[in-house]
Amino acid sequence: MINFEYSRVSSVKAAIDALAKNPGAGFIAGGTNLVDLMKKGVTTPARLIDINNLPLKQVEETAKGLSIGALVINSEVAGNTLVQEKYPLLAMALHAGASAQLRNMATVGGNMMQRTRCGYFYDTAMPCNKRQPGSGCGAIGGYNRMHAIFGTSTQCIAVHPSDMCVALAALDATVQVAGPKAERNILFTDFHRLPGTMPQKDNTLQNGELITGITIPANPYTKNVYYLKVRDRASYAFALVSVAVALELENDTIRSARLAMGGVAHKPWRLSVAEKFLTGKKATTENFKQAAKLSMEGARSFGQNDFKLKMAPAAIVEALTKAANA
Amino acid sequence: MIHNTTDCPNGDNGRRSFLKKSTAMAALSMAAPVLLKAAEHDEKIAALFEKIPLQIEVNGISHQLSVEPRVTLLDFLREQLGLTGTKKGCDHGQCGACTVHVDGKRINSCLTLAVMNNEKKITTIEGLAKGDQLHPMQESFIRHDGFQCGYCTPGQIMSAIACVREGHANSEEEIREFMSGNICRCGAYPNIVDAIMDVKKGGKAI
Repeated sequence: MINFEYSRVSSVKAAIDALAKNPGAGFIAGGTNLVDLMKKGVTTPARLIDINNLPLKQVEETAKGLSIGALVINSEVAGNTLVQEKYPLLAMALHAGASAQLRNMATVGGNMMQRTRCGYFYDTAMPCNKRQPGSGCGAIGGYNRMHAIFGTSTQCIAVHPSDMCVALAALDATVQVAGPKAERNILFTDFHRLPGTMPQKDNTLQNGELITGITIPANPYTKNVYYLKVRDRASYAFALVSVAVALELENDTIRSARLAMGGVAHKPWRLSVAEKFLTGKKATTENFKQAAKLSMEGARSFGQNDFKLKMAPAAIVEALTKAANA
Repeated sequence: MIHNTTDCPNGDNGRRSFLKKSTAMAALSMAAPVLLKAAEHDEKIAALFEKIPLQIEVNGISHQLSVEPRVTLLDFLREQLGLTGTKKGCDHGQCGACTVHVDGKRINSCLTLAVMNNEKKITTIEGLAKGDQLHPMQESFIRHDGFQCGYCTPGQIMSAIACVREGHANSEEEIREFMSGNICRCGAYPNIVDAIMDVKKGGKAI
């Protein structure tokens, strides 16, 4: 690993000041993705600012819903009683991600900031517009079994690897960030971005900003939820396709629905059209199939990932069925 | 007990030490000036980066020393403390061979920097036995033949203890899910699950 300077900070202000003073510096929290990227030479920060001592480790209920500090580790969120009782979709998604060891290290903010696991991004001998803008995309016409079917561009077809983020996108979460000038809130669905002509930018954070926490608004989705993750082995693998479903049911009528997919796009892929279609409908297989069909409009595959065009709608139907029967 | 040393505190007569010495001898025997120059150059570059003071407790022993920022906890344990029971498998968080406990929680020591663990308490496989008395999980792995080559075993055992303590060992299915971060390429999984179930059923606090 290329060496770097290191400093610890203990307040949000000190963290932001340290970043402003050190061009080429980056924050480190759990490190599970960043240390790996640094070992491979994909990321080479001149300085790491260790933010693990910042007071961003609370999970609490507020008037706005559930507030989770950016430094709460994934296993603590997943095991939190409030989360399990009132936001069970989030707990399910977290348990589907990574391994017990990694969930003990990875933070909420870090989970959001993790980079794609596209093999071309990780291999510095290969072209990759995300790693080195303008160098080309190895995955288009290359090995692209894991890659996106929605929202791709001619420059990048990588997917965002998180499970947690899929649930947060479905649950209308917001992201709190602090920067040199001000604090602001970003809708979770606006936090990650599509590749377009700037695949090097994963998200809409601006220079010098730090994620301080997320908020999930109070919601009625405490029972009929499901996180379905389809992967190459039963556990501890990234999603080929994943589906987060939250239903508000009255008898067998759907009062409201929240759906998002993982493993299919550069960002968690919210299925708004399906949500609108399902609202007020009966929870039947026929309606679920129609919702899945509507969700696939605009999907496009790249050869090795053609199977996702069939897997994704089947996964949507399966997840809706499991959520309705939960 | 406080160690103010960066040297190996565990004696230095094993296979690793032989390998280190013999490699050094081989390097010396072909030590062209260019090699020495390269080494000097590396030293100078390394010196540009400040070593960071680190206070850390490992298996009940406090250490105060300083490390380069880029040293992972895994390399720190193995290379600086000589605690080679913790294994380097993939070095990328995919295999679990490097699993240790930090403040009681199991983590992959290959993906955390040593300097990020200041004032933390680390437990490695070497810290489990009390004298000659093995930890119940170690005994159970032996009783159930929970390994073949043994390379993943320290990580498996550290993970298994945490799995029981977390309350995630209530069924074979649950154990398989919560032990999925530890890969065993010999395929000793059925016996590993048996070993963990046995400790769990024993009902003793571990």
